[in-house]
Amino acid sequence: MMRLFRPNRSIWLAMLAVVVTLSFYARPAFAVNPDEMLSDPVLEQRARTISEELRCLVCQNQSIDDSDADLAHDLRVLVRERLLAGDSNQQAIDYIVARYGDYVLLNPPLKPDTYILWASPFILLILAALAVVGFYRRKKRDGRTTPANLTDQERKRLDEILSPSGE
Amino acid sequence: MRFWIAVIPLVLFAALAGIFLTNIGKDQSVIPSALIGKPAPEFSLPPLPGRDKGISRADLTQGHVSVVNVFASWCVPCRAEHPMIKRLAAEAGVPVYGLNYKEKDPQDGVNWLDELGDPYTAVGMDISGRTGIDFGVYGVPETFIIDGDGKIAYKQVGPIDAETLEKVLLPKIRELKKG
Repeated sequence: MMRLFRPNRSIWLAMLAVVVTLSFYARPAFAVNPDEMLSDPVLEQRARTISEELRCLVCQNQSIDDSDADLAHDLRVLVRERLLAGDSNQQAIDYIVARYGDYVLLNPPLKPDTYILWASPFILLILAALAVVGFYRRKKRDGRTTPANLTDQERKRLDEILSPSGE
Repeated sequence: MRFWIAVIPLVLFAALAGIFLTNIGKDQSVIPSALIGKPAPEFSLPPLPGRDKGISRADLTQGHVSVVNVFASWCVPCRAEHPMIKRLAAEAGVPVYGLNYKEKDPQDGVNWLDELGDPYTAVGMDISGRTGIDFGVYGVPETFIIDGDGKIAYKQVGPIDAETLEKVLLPKIRELKKG
């Protein structure tokens, strides 16, 4: 199955080139200095991926990949050192988390401290669904009661229609 | 049903007001340290130029409470904090070690201490900032209280003022000294 659709290597390379090129165009703000970059493009790309997930602790709402802060620079270099030392992406991230805590992760982990954070979109969704159901129910119920409010004339006419042979 | 709908905004308001009230006066930029209760990292830093003693983890595991203060000559709040470090060293009765963080020129730290006075038991130079990262430093000044076993017991981010010194740091040190 997989084999049938497997593109050959040159297509892969072309796709990779497109993706890499686009990713460069997609981010005009460069904080990463050329002298920080690794010569191995695969490692460098991994370092970029990791850096984008780590919060700059000085500016706090930027990733270290986007930040010009001195500490962000040091952490970018550190991430690259860990990768060169043979760390996996997760090991490199854990190395930073061990020192700065979960707070450095821009993508917060699912654990008891963050259950409310992760659950809140679903809670809101359920509340919204309940509100919608409530709205349509009321509409339906109100729709049913409206015909009860007949004028006397209408009621009389209705009685005439419903009563067998004008009793 | 109508009654409950009328109550919802009131309840929401009360809840939000409660949250905001408890956060007044809290510095939102202070990040809880991941290292509280953990052993101080392994490190060894060279002395300032012309001095003979740096600092290392061994200094923090001597069986008594100690303090590590991260400072730098380029750090303006450190200058404001410096008199409090002097008081801390004089009043706490524990060694206060200086971690001289990322000086552009090693001599800068020496000049700074010559000018302002040197309250430190010993000072180590962290030119690369790597030991700072191992301590989870993200803004200078920072101050760590280390217990007798070399575990980080408390971390102060930002400059120490008289109130922090008297109401937080000194009592914390006293408590730790009691065991």
